[in-house]
Amino acid sequence: MKRVYVNEEWCLGCHLCEYNCAFANSGLKDMAYALKGKPIYPRIHIEENDKISYAVSCRHCDDPICVKSCIAGAISKKDGVVHIDSEKCVGCHTCVLVCPYGALAPGESGIMQKCELCLANSCGEPACVKGCPNNAIVFESRDEEV
Amino acid sequence: MKQYIIIGNGVAAAGCIEGIRSVDKDGKITVISEEKHPVYCRPLISYYLEGKTDTKKMNYRGEDFYTANGCDIIYGKKAVKIDKAAKKIELDDKSKLPYTSVCVAVGSSPFVPPMEGLESVEKKFGFMTLDDTLALEKAVTKNSRVLIVGAGLIGLKCAEGLHGRAASIVVADLADRVLSSILDKDCAAYMQKCLEENGIEFLLSDSVKKFDKNKAYMQSGKEVNFDVLVLAVGVRANVALIKDAGGEVNRGIIVDEKLRTSIEDIYAAGDCTEGEDISLGAKRVLALMPNAYMQGHAAGVNMAGGEELFDKGIPMNSIGFFGLHCMTAGTAYTSEQGGCTYEEKFDSGIKRLFTKGGLLTGFMIIGGSERAGIYTAMIRERTPLDSVNFEMLRKAATSAAFGKEARKEKFAMPH
Ligand SMILES: Cc1cc2nc3c(=O)[nH]c(=O)nc-3n(C[C@H](O)[C@H](O)[C@H](O)COP(=O)(O)OP(=O)(O)OC[C@H]3O[C@@H](n4cnc5c(N)ncnc54)[C@H](O)[C@@H]3O)c2cc1C
Ligand code: SF4
Ligand code: SF4
Repeated sequence: MKRVYVNEEWCLGCHLCEYNCAFANSGLKDMAYALKGKPIYPRIHIEENDKISYAVSCRHCDDPICVKSCIAGAISKKDGVVHIDSEKCVGCHTCVLVCPYGALAPGESGIMQKCELCLANSCGEPACVKGCPNNAIVFESRDEEV
Repeated sequence: MKQYIIIGNGVAAAGCIEGIRSVDKDGKITVISEEKHPVYCRPLISYYLEGKTDTKKMNYRGEDFYTANGCDIIYGKKAVKIDKAAKKIELDDKSKLPYTSVCVAVGSSPFVPPMEGLESVEKKFGFMTLDDTLALEKAVTKNSRVLIVGAGLIGLKCAEGLHGRAASIVVADLADRVLSSILDKDCAAYMQKCLEENGIEFLLSDSVKKFDKNKAYMQSGKEVNFDVLVLAVGVRANVALIKDAGGEVNRGIIVDEKLRTSIEDIYAAGDCTEGEDISLGAKRVLALMPNAYMQGHAAGVNMAGGEELFDKGIPMNSIGFFGLHCMTAGTAYTSEQGGCTYEEKFDSGIKRLFTKGGLLTGFMIIGGSERAGIYTAMIRERTPLDSVNFEMLRKAATSAAFGKEARKEKFAMPH
């Protein structure tokens, strides 16, 4: 299945993906109106040290430990996409405790969120990938042929 | 066709059903459920009292869960005996069900020590089940003074749930701190302060000497007047079914990595078991939801003839009170036990990482627990500390502290 992958050598550390993500999931039409002067709650984030930077977002794991651990039964996997039911989530952070990638963080209301590949928002494909100026994030299938 | 029986209907049972069905689509699954509800999220009973969820949303799985997985479910009955010679399970109505294999997923029961005068208390409750919660909800009014005995996870969650519904809430515990089974004194103090700021009162290092109707006489000499009593002193794993059948039990049912008990074709999972804690290097009851699911799932796969090991078990818990989150995992070794502690303090809290023998063995984090799963994974995977930049990790959980190759490998392949 297609996943978001990073090429860390090419990441500029510009954080544009974080803004594109927050905008794509805001449901608003105007980027400045959606983001300017406000704290943003993107579902992808840049981690860096003095040598490298790279984007982190949900891996949509084959055997997702977040799904097995959620105390509210709010996380499920369907057609390859790991999804959080925001109606059921109670914001306990158990998924943050177990995700080996650090891919989840709460949104503004305290309800947990993570990358869902922009499939349910108006973008329709990962906005972070679309907007990355240096192809440091790509959306592709690397599964071995069976 | 195989005949699977699952005794109990909590999250471990749900994991077992999904585990069996990932291997065997046809075998007959029968679930015996003492509680008359489809599997629900037990930890959400306090969120229910807070109004953050409802009985429908609390269901762990969708409405068609049992039918979609081809399960027969027997509500309101208890398994009372395992007849291993005849390979039958006996229920409390004397009926007998034949089995090919069984998963015992019976959880734990509240432990109530003998307390003088307890029988004179009219309104007393446990806080373990949905039915406990619905009964408690009815009994508590805006004018109720609530006394909770037990400042562990369950007692404090109950306090948070009742906050705003009752006139006052006092929590008493014999321990000198809150959450004493998971937090050390310094970390517990942060949580206690937050709870106190929200109006919860504590009587610590104290216990009830005697009840007389609506009054508790404490060992310290204090007296507490209350209208509603909640007993949350502790829980005990339900081991009787296996013990009576001659199986090996300690504080929980002893299981191996495949969740097999010492009795042939009988598996066990969840809060009723004692499995290996790899951070401790010994068996212990790992009574937490993620482990219950994972054990149940592995048991189910193995029962159905597949292979899945539960070999990375550690205690791990995330719990929040009034917006302050507290995360703990693994084992905190003291310096006498050969451990080292690394501490970071920040605005809203504290982080303590515990290491021993070149490995991260545990942590306690209050506030600021972003990406803590990176630490949890290091404990579970036994990542050697000399392969990472620990200086960087102490400050923040980040994969940037891993070597380039290790990180690339981690991110290239989904888990
Ligand atoms: C208030 C509260 C808050 C919690 N909060 C958290 C949290 O934040 N995070 C976390 O990880 N964990 C939490 N837990 C713990 C978590 O709920 C348990 O680890 C988990 O529910 C264990 O699942 P289980 O399936 O092993 O057992 P259970 O959920 O206890 O299910 C066992 C079931 O078996 C039934 N049963 C018992 N004997 C028989 C019999 N003989 N025949 C038929 N049925 C039987 C019982 O009625 C019960 O329904 C909390 C628990 C409580 C009570
Ligand atoms: S949130 Fe974490 S554990 Fe869950 S699927 Fe995404 S990367 Fe995997
Ligand atoms: S924060 Fe929400 S999604 Fe995460 S484990 Fe808790 S209830 Fe589930």
